[in-house]
Amino acid sequence: MSSDRSKLAFWLLMAPLLIWLVTLIILPHVGMFLVSLREKVGVREYETSFANYAVFFNEPLYWNTFARTAYMSIASTVLTLLIGFPIAYYIAKLTRGRTKTTLFLMCLIPFWVSELVRTFGWMILLRETGVISNVLQYLGLIGGPVEMLYNDAAIMTGLVYTSMLFMVVPLITTLDSLDDSLIEAGYDLGASGFSILREIVIPHAMPGIVSGCIVVFMLSLGNYLTPILLGGKDSLWFTGLIYSQFITRFNWELGSAFGFLLLGLSSLIVFVGLKLSRQSLGKTMAQ
Amino acid sequence: MSDIPDLECRSISKSFDTFKAVRDVSFSVPQGTFFSILGPSGCGKTTLLRMIAGFQKPSGGDLLIKGKSVLDVPPNKRPVSMVFQHLALFPMMNIGANVGFGLRQRGVNKTDVTKQVERVLERVGLGGVADRPVSSLSGGQKQRVAIARCMVLEPDVLLLDEPLGALDLKLREHMKVELKQLQSEFNTTFVYITHDQSEALVMSDQIAVMNHGVFEQVGTAKELYYEPNTAFVAGFVGEANRFGATVDGKTGDAVHMVTSYGQTLLGLNAGHGLSKGDKIDVFVRPEAVRLSRKSSDVAGMENSGQGLVENVLFNGANSQLILRDQMTGAEMNVALPQTGEFRDLKRGDVISFGWASQQTRCYRAGIEK
Repeated sequence: MSSDRSKLAFWLLMAPLLIWLVTLIILPHVGMFLVSLREKVGVREYETSFANYAVFFNEPLYWNTFARTAYMSIASTVLTLLIGFPIAYYIAKLTRGRTKTTLFLMCLIPFWVSELVRTFGWMILLRETGVISNVLQYLGLIGGPVEMLYNDAAIMTGLVYTSMLFMVVPLITTLDSLDDSLIEAGYDLGASGFSILREIVIPHAMPGIVSGCIVVFMLSLGNYLTPILLGGKDSLWFTGLIYSQFITRFNWELGSAFGFLLLGLSSLIVFVGLKLSRQSLGKTMAQ
Repeated sequence: MSDIPDLECRSISKSFDTFKAVRDVSFSVPQGTFFSILGPSGCGKTTLLRMIAGFQKPSGGDLLIKGKSVLDVPPNKRPVSMVFQHLALFPMMNIGANVGFGLRQRGVNKTDVTKQVERVLERVGLGGVADRPVSSLSGGQKQRVAIARCMVLEPDVLLLDEPLGALDLKLREHMKVELKQLQSEFNTTFVYITHDQSEALVMSDQIAVMNHGVFEQVGTAKELYYEPNTAFVAGFVGEANRFGATVDGKTGDAVHMVTSYGQTLLGLNAGHGLSKGDKIDVFVRPEAVRLSRKSSDVAGMENSGQGLVENVLFNGANSQLILRDQMTGAEMNVALPQTGEFRDLKRGDVISFGWASQQTRCYRAGIEK
């Protein structure tokens, strides 16, 4: 009797989550998967086949775009880690009390503004008639206006900026849990700052590094706004391809196939990353 | 062996803003000594230890190891090692990697590291555990690994920051003996800080009692116990009954006094020069008081009385009796000898007690901060 009631309570508590998962994640994906398997053979005539997937592998533009997206996302993840780690270390280990809270908030504040507005902010800074170009001209460092938008560096800047918080927060959490006396003990036993970082700090922070990297990588890979706005029309980003299949060309079949390929290939990259860093998803998430 | 002490502090001090944590402390520790710094929490002992280890820079004074000033030597280059309060074993490494950490930093080659690690682990009685994770060890074993991790580097001085604090009572008693044995076996200078007087008394060759950033007294355990120089030491080391009293007269070192309860006692001037009328603090150890059922047994002692048993606090060998002096109403704590003679003593009984003037140590009141 009582176990029946606790079962009921369990399902009631799970209900919102299940409804959310089923209606918003699983059903659309099943639908999309079915759409992706339809091959158009005539007007309103479809056959079930993997032809849409074959298009991706047969057309170099598509998989080159994917490779470029993946490569840029990995680069932005690494860059975010390299910039975020010292910041997180400083906030977690070298500050206390109010300063800590203030610095943490300062990392958070940019996220009170919408991503669109933040990206336009970068455009105001980087464009030909923008702030940086004008300042450099005023200082006499450059002769004429210079265009800093619409290249890969601009995309990278935007991606790193957008995902910084998602790297810094898990890093601060793991570094916070590192006992200071471990660092002191390492120092006391004759280690240099570098070997303490390599042998003590990084192994301890590994779960945070991995979970931060997964989030940042996925965010970069799935980012649409930043590459389009900062990279200009010619910048090829895989999400842009999906968008144009769905919206511009009304080719939902190919768009769905691309969507699934993005899901599958990004999962594969994360899996390989986990294997290489000898971490497991469970260990990272338990953090 | 040379005459140069392993560790020497010359009027070392440390201030944080306006707070002086350590004031002009000077001492030296000869080679192979087990030196303890004993004091209540907040007395500055941890600051002092961290200055020796190099984690904090002294505001003044000099610090010498084997006769050489190490003030400008960073902690990773100092010939001292430290056993941390919570041991600070690296959880991301196995036991062998923990112990070999320092050697690897020195660039010792792999086979030598393995060999030396195994040797030092055997010396602390943990041979063959090098491949196991740290978490597989018990509290006492972790302790030994932490010591092995330091000793493998053969430091001139080993610093220990209350490493027994986290252990349970039985294990702590056991580790006291073991630490002392390890120290004499390695013949390394140990500097041990603790707030637990029994740890300090049992293990140390020399003890410094620290309070408010200064050393109150440095001496052997016996000296501190029998001849405390200051009221603080008398109260902190061992148990003591403490009375307030006024000096009534003096003959040599003997002090005649009247306590606040009106008892007249004969005591020993242990601290500063006293004169008639001075307010003093008087300390008498519970175990220095002799009990007897017959008043004639204690009649010969300088201080004696008849007491009513207020309470018997039975705690095995550490049992105590709370007596109230029938004449004056003064309360006294007396150790209850477990010879069986007083086994049936109970509340409401009357018993005679007395103690010698040598055991009645008088200090000027108000000196202790």
